[in-house]
Amino acid sequence: MPRVAVVRFPGSNCDLDTLRAAEGVGADAYLVWHRDTDLRDADVVILPGGFSYGDYLRSGAIARFSPIMQAVQRHAAAGGPVLGICNGFQILCEADLLPGALLRNAGLSFVSKPVDVIVERPDTAFTCDYDSDCRLRLPVAHGDGRFVAAPDTLRMLEAEGRVVLRYVAATERSPFQPNPNGSANHIAGICNADGNVVGIMPHPERAADRLLGLTGGSGFFTSMVTLHQDS
Amino acid sequence: MTFRVHVRVMPREGLLDPQGQAVEHALSALGFEEAGAVRIGRAIELDVAAASRDEAETRARQMCDKLLANPVTEDYLLEVEED
Repeated sequence: MPRVAVVRFPGSNCDLDTLRAAEGVGADAYLVWHRDTDLRDADVVILPGGFSYGDYLRSGAIARFSPIMQAVQRHAAAGGPVLGICNGFQILCEADLLPGALLRNAGLSFVSKPVDVIVERPDTAFTCDYDSDCRLRLPVAHGDGRFVAAPDTLRMLEAEGRVVLRYVAATERSPFQPNPNGSANHIAGICNADGNVVGIMPHPERAADRLLGLTGGSGFFTSMVTLHQDS
Repeated sequence: MTFRVHVRVMPREGLLDPQGQAVEHALSALGFEEAGAVRIGRAIELDVAAASRDEAETRARQMCDKLLANPVTEDYLLEVEED
């Protein structure tokens, strides 16, 4: 079973949900404190959601300089899988592990609701249990989720197929706006060039147990196990 | 010597600034219809101990590039004044 390190920053609040979801698929999951410098032989690293350092200055701007982030950088550079969820995605962008940035939602409101997304990259360490173009319903809960990037960066992400999740309308006649935050190209999640670092705004850990009502997110956790067993 | 550094961080031109838009609407609702193109940024002030004004500015610029501003989405202006 893969060893999954969930990094806890001061202000993380999805760390235990994420730990629980990883344990739920049988992973050997444990918490790592932001002041730690060692990931303790992690196979997979997850940066969970929350409000690290109170989102002071910019979301993720201070967390990226936490001591543990040097170990996360090394893990990512060696090809190790890293998943950033919500605030974790913001931290990965601030840390230059992913391109672009996440700004205040276009509607200014904090958005907490289920959204529909399409899985466009079913070959990452976190999505390999999904079929290509399958649709998932996952919760989002963020104030700063509007993904932006320079025009040439956006073109590169699209050309290289690095959009992992994209907001979609549930049905063609859906009355709801599919994109909850005004992100560029309806992007909900991206990966780096090698595909081992993934950042997503939706919360799969909140949709990984039948008790929670939604189970569409469990594939993010079973994928880690599948990849580990295949390697 | 100590220098007082004023940093003004603004969202990059062309990027949607929903806070600026909301404030613009509020100003208009209050009767200030002449207000337009509202943008909202952030002001940061700090003391920098340095041997010279140039050194203070160089160090402050490094602070901006590394932490105080996001090079992807923001531009900044620096002013250095002797204390």
